[in-house]
Amino acid sequence: MTTTAPDLRKVTPPAKAKRGGGVMGSTGLYIATGIAALLFLIPFYLIIRNAFMADPEITGEEWKWFPTDIQWGNISEPFDDVTVDFARSLWNSVVVAVLHTTGILLVCSLAGYGLARIPYRHANKVFYAVLATLMVPTAVTFVPSFVLVSSLGWVDTYRGLIVPGLFSGFTCFLFRQYFLGFPKELEEAARVDGLGYWGAYWRVVVPNSLNFFAAMATITFINGWNSFLWPLVIGQDPSAWTVQVALSSYMTNQTVNYHLIFMATAISILPLLFVFLFLQRWLVQGIAQTGIKG
Amino acid sequence: MSTATTHKVAQPASAKVSKDRPRRGLRASSTFNFWLFTGPFLIGLVIFVFVPIGWSIYLSFFEARFTVTPSDFVGFDNYKQILTDTDFRNSLVTFTVFAAFIVPATWALSLGLALLVNQLRFMRAFFRSVFFLPTACSYVAAALIWKMSIFNGVRFGLANTVLSWFGVDNVAWLANPDPPWYWLVIVTVRLWLQSGFYMILFLAALQNIPRELYEAAAIDGAKQGWQTFRYITLPQLRATSTAVILLLLIAAYQAFDEFFNLLGKATWGQPPLVELYKMALGENQNYGAGSAGAVVLTLLICIVTLFQGKIMGFGRGEESK
Repeated sequence: MTTTAPDLRKVTPPAKAKRGGGVMGSTGLYIATGIAALLFLIPFYLIIRNAFMADPEITGEEWKWFPTDIQWGNISEPFDDVTVDFARSLWNSVVVAVLHTTGILLVCSLAGYGLARIPYRHANKVFYAVLATLMVPTAVTFVPSFVLVSSLGWVDTYRGLIVPGLFSGFTCFLFRQYFLGFPKELEEAARVDGLGYWGAYWRVVVPNSLNFFAAMATITFINGWNSFLWPLVIGQDPSAWTVQVALSSYMTNQTVNYHLIFMATAISILPLLFVFLFLQRWLVQGIAQTGIKG
Repeated sequence: MSTATTHKVAQPASAKVSKDRPRRGLRASSTFNFWLFTGPFLIGLVIFVFVPIGWSIYLSFFEARFTVTPSDFVGFDNYKQILTDTDFRNSLVTFTVFAAFIVPATWALSLGLALLVNQLRFMRAFFRSVFFLPTACSYVAAALIWKMSIFNGVRFGLANTVLSWFGVDNVAWLANPDPPWYWLVIVTVRLWLQSGFYMILFLAALQNIPRELYEAAAIDGAKQGWQTFRYITLPQLRATSTAVILLLLIAAYQAFDEFFNLLGKATWGQPPLVELYKMALGENQNYGAGSAGAVVLTLLICIVTLFQGKIMGFGRGEESK
């Protein structure tokens, strides 16, 4: 598209580039970044503000940044609400997200390793079959998937919520890319020591890839916890709702109970913020490593 | 190449297998191991991805209401129905408008944030975390905040409160399609949710640009700022940019959560997936037409992806085994 600065390479780069800016420039930079950061934080703040406010204050004529009286009692309200079993939906989400993460890591990492490392005549054909599924986003196949799952009798079950999501072409692809870059020497040493592929995988490859596994686990967990369309389709009965479906149901309720809705939202985000703060290093690393960087 | 026999070998306890491998021959052993590793995934892929796709294509040629084992073959009638259905066609228009807004906006914002954060010398990790934080938020939760607290149609919503400071009357953000203020709501919610994620990709790419390029440019008299950005940064980010645009397009195609939650009962601004959801799982449970719609949508996505892939060669691993 654009060819640029043709004589760049002729110049030897001895001198340090002068960094523009100075005090003025960097102050402006920090102001701009600070304003952007505030805008990004406002929605989070609003959840917390509304969660601890009384309804009349939320919907009052006058806008208040702080509750005049913090309503600590609001915390228990989603759990006392009889129309939606919020505690149950939270538990469902925990089960689904944990099993989804465990399962997807197990199944997809094994497949990714097989595709990356084990010589087999038709491995390329298999790989192209996996690649082909990347082009068909799972959200588009939800109609036929629902048809399949309902004919298996899996509607409203954990199986139905979890199993169909385990075979992610994308995750398998990412693991393959990762294992292609894994140092071969380590495995070869293990093989010389008498381990088979299976042994080498579990005793050498996995223990040396914990960073990448942690990164993928974090991403998968967040996706599992936040997924909405599939749980909505499968959770026909309220007892099978995940927390996202429960939250969504608050919006269609006749009476809008603001502080309850926002308290429930805050509670639903909390586990992820926890995951986020503790595993952020891996999360960032994992996203940066996804194999689509320049 | 005795694939048939190797399948009968019991689960290998690692040590045992390696002892008798030399006798069995390497090729058979690796064939067995290949299936041992990829088998569970491939079986699942066939059952839960390929079978549904096949079933979908099959159903799309049948009259299938309330049933998944239809008997009336109707040829292309479902396709005719879905392609003449104004709601479905409108949904494709909605998607196109949505993509036209959200893809460039996210690209620009996430690149802008990455450039900002990359320049910081202190508190870089802090600001990166702040911009990245919305990734932890679900579309449902974000839609709730947007609909009930920021873009609420009455005075107590944040947007209307701020507007009232400037003497502007309340805007009914989501309640009517004319003027189409709902686009502002829909686009900003996704912008907030996804920009941080793509910012990370751009940050990684920015850090991979060799410093020497900037140093050389400085010696050549290129001005800091626009010139280095235009002639070094942007070209160096091309691979990441195209990947980001592809991911954004695919994500836009899959838009469901925020539309469903923000505009659930509205008749306007519905993307394809919401229409399909209503068609297949709504009152009529018309699996035939819903499947035909899914097939049409999949074909469209394939065309877009292949077109993009042609330009950038996505997925063609240049890496060798």
